[in-house]
Amino acid sequence: MSAQRAGFSPLEAIAFSTIVFAGAAQFAAVGYVAGGVAWPVIFLLTALLNARHLLYSAALAPWLRDVPIGRRAVIAHLLTDEAFALTIAHFARAGRTDERGYWLAAIGSTFIPWNLATIVGVLAGQEIPGPERFGLDVVFPAAMIGLAAGLIADRRDVVAAATGAAVGVLVSLALSPSVGIVAGGLLGPLAGLALPSPAGPPPAELGTVRSAEGFSMPGTHYEQGDDGAGEAPR
Amino acid sequence: MNGSLVILALLMFAATYPSRALPLLAPGFERLPRPVFAYLRLVGPAILAALAAVNVMVVTADGRPTFHVGMEWLAVLVCLGLTVWRRNLLVGLVAAVGLTAISRALGIA
Repeated sequence: MSAQRAGFSPLEAIAFSTIVFAGAAQFAAVGYVAGGVAWPVIFLLTALLNARHLLYSAALAPWLRDVPIGRRAVIAHLLTDEAFALTIAHFARAGRTDERGYWLAAIGSTFIPWNLATIVGVLAGQEIPGPERFGLDVVFPAAMIGLAAGLIADRRDVVAAATGAAVGVLVSLALSPSVGIVAGGLLGPLAGLALPSPAGPPPAELGTVRSAEGFSMPGTHYEQGDDGAGEAPR
Repeated sequence: MNGSLVILALLMFAATYPSRALPLLAPGFERLPRPVFAYLRLVGPAILAALAAVNVMVVTADGRPTFHVGMEWLAVLVCLGLTVWRRNLLVGLVAAVGLTAISRALGIA
């Protein structure tokens, strides 16, 4: 709808959603194009706005290291806030890599809906009332905080999340939201690591049943594989 | 159908893809020291919390970020509480959306 109002053709709007596939950067680009900002400047601002993906990619890399490089290259293009949040929570809960889960999160819940919504917005944008009216704008932050809660396993996680949020807001107010989110993502884990390791046995290796149980929902049971790796919950 | 901005889309892809791909495609990632993995394990909670907080507390008006206080805070906190309590994100999301929609319909948000 924003692209349509800014004078983008349907082809251009759809190209942005498939080729760039980064919501915040796309919305920003609409404003930049409408404001006559030079393309090299748009390039630099896009790189800054999407710098947080570097953290997503780094956090997922240990989980996806056994995936063939060609598929990892495609995985990278589909990496968004939502795909990262759903995937990291799923991997942590399952205690193992589930590549199919990534594709489901990235394509099923993000890429296809985003592109369908772009087409609907371009073709019938003027007929659609603002999503704020229905409270849909809180879905994103509410989903992010809910998924963050699912990743909390010990006090280091709590401190990392609280610091990430506080730093994110403060730096956003001082500089810009895109810098603030990256700063929160970088400094939050450092604050968490400043705490002594939680008492008790050392953390389980990722991919084992003990690791999976640390994140599991009540009543979820995991089967031990021959190699000690956790199987899908039953 | 004018398509001149498709070139700009390709340019923006070139600005975005490296940050998405570099760690995923870098060889030898598994040989990094253990503290790096401990750090990366904490990136998820930190950045998701930062995304949520910035989204509800910072509003950019006329290019200037400002602090925002509103019903969205309560909606997100309700979602957090319900998700932790019921271990169900969907319940939290429905409550957050419902609370926001109703408060806006009543003119109190």
